[in-house]
Amino acid sequence: MSMATITMARDRGGVQVADVRRARRRQNLTGWLFISPIVVGVVAFQFFPILVSMAASLTDWNGIAAPKFVGLRNFTEMFGDDPLFLQTFKNTVYFTLASIPLTIGIGLVLALLCARPIRGVAFFRTAYFAPYVTNVVAIGFVWFWFFQPDNGVINGLLDQLGIHGPQWLSSSSWAMPAVIMVSVWQGIGYPMIILLAGLQGLPAEYFESARIDGAGAWQRLRYITLPLLTPHFLFLLITQFITSFQVFGLIYVMTKGGPGHATSVYIFNIYQNAFSYGKVGYASAMAWILFAVIAAVTYLQWKLQKRWVFYT
Amino acid sequence: MRLVSKTSQYVVMSLFAIVFLAPLVWMISASLRPEAKVLSVPPKFLPTDAHWDNYRQVFELIPVFLWNSVKLAGLNVIGILIVASMAGYAFARLRFAGRDAAFMVLLATSIIPGIAYLIPQYIVFRQIGWVDTQYPLWVPKVLTPVFATFLMRQSFLTVPQELEDAGKIDGASTFGIYWRIMLPQTKPALAAIGVFTFLESWNDLFGPLIYINSENLQTLPVALAQFQGEYFTQISLLMCGATVSVVPVIAVFLFAQRYFIQGITMTGMKG
Repeated sequence: MSMATITMARDRGGVQVADVRRARRRQNLTGWLFISPIVVGVVAFQFFPILVSMAASLTDWNGIAAPKFVGLRNFTEMFGDDPLFLQTFKNTVYFTLASIPLTIGIGLVLALLCARPIRGVAFFRTAYFAPYVTNVVAIGFVWFWFFQPDNGVINGLLDQLGIHGPQWLSSSSWAMPAVIMVSVWQGIGYPMIILLAGLQGLPAEYFESARIDGAGAWQRLRYITLPLLTPHFLFLLITQFITSFQVFGLIYVMTKGGPGHATSVYIFNIYQNAFSYGKVGYASAMAWILFAVIAAVTYLQWKLQKRWVFYT
Repeated sequence: MRLVSKTSQYVVMSLFAIVFLAPLVWMISASLRPEAKVLSVPPKFLPTDAHWDNYRQVFELIPVFLWNSVKLAGLNVIGILIVASMAGYAFARLRFAGRDAAFMVLLATSIIPGIAYLIPQYIVFRQIGWVDTQYPLWVPKVLTPVFATFLMRQSFLTVPQELEDAGKIDGASTFGIYWRIMLPQTKPALAAIGVFTFLESWNDLFGPLIYINSENLQTLPVALAQFQGEYFTQISLLMCGATVSVVPVIAVFLFAQRYFIQGITMTGMKG
């Protein structure tokens, strides 16, 4: 082999390596160009504000003047001497614990009803789902008038049954149940659709063999359908917890947190602190407590699934 | 499953249907009543004689709100479909350094509750003069469609490799392959995301509430809530406005129900 060929071979190798590098660089560039809008957006509109919010939670800040560093005082104030924080937290827990089982439970009943292929089932499914896509302002208004104590629809109907209805939205003990009812009414479409999809995906063989073994309808529901749906229940528990704990719209439209603070929920309290009272630092600290609660409960639900979720 | 007979099933389903539809029917019928007869004892659900004059009055007020809602929904739908499909395509079909890490980081941001970054966002937007403009109602949303990107990625993953290879052999550019060959294959996912985005934009309360003060910029649902004392002083007019704010959504929903349900089950669970 002469010197010339060796040099040429080396050259060619060098060119190839450079080519591959250039091609790879081009690939990288193309890829990042495609994702650049969302990357820029998430950095600018989420990462950066998240960092600001973390820093703000340690300050006394009205959002305009220079923030004043106060360490963990916002957090100690919340748990130490802010009765409204504790009350809105309790209200939120009340709302969440009442609405989740009702939404998922009734959603399951409706899904079971809609799973049977009967004539007109599409109409019923659409009817049950309609409130879910309707805006919360329209819904809040309608129910606000429904719950009027003297001439509202609800007490009018109760009157005809001979029941004297409560004061609903102006009663500190009935306002929350009223809001919960409306929230369940509106939200049921979502679990219904998820569970319906789950029911339609169940293997028919299980039901066949159960029927051959002489299992009745109740037994098939209890021992086959429900266990097979447990992954869907887990998913619903996690997502419904996250959304219920952040309820805002219905409360804003129907009660504005009242009467007193009877229906003031966590996000409503943050909203008022940040946008009405200009307590941006304090509101940010509350947002991070919210994150901690949601993260902890979600983690717990995920860990506890071994005890009850059934995977085939 | 035969827990109950067909007849009793129809009875139960109809009772539920009444519970779910009655408030919406009442809203429409209240919108057609003279103000004095809106709240009657005992309650009435069906209108006796239609009082169309209510709508004439309301339509003198709401065209601007309606247009704002339509415009914002359109901007959000088009913007999110473009941004999410580009990113979804890259995450599903392109190879580049840092791809998987970037995807995981994007997904991870979605576990932080929105309120945590909405407050600083508001302050930043106030600094740059975006408060009381419509930019905060679409720019940040269009540029952060993490969930839609996730769905688009799933959808692009199912497109057969041969289609992409054929495009490459024909010498199409990466963008050409994405736009002309791959994107048409993901129509169901695009439709689902489009319907979702439309509803979310149309029904958004928090954004318009904190950002918009000028009435000529407000969306229809939030205008009803914000200006109820000024313009919609009568319940019947309020119900007209509410009805008009609900009709487009119900229409889109009826028209695209299949995609909507598909979207929910896609985001939710794989059976």
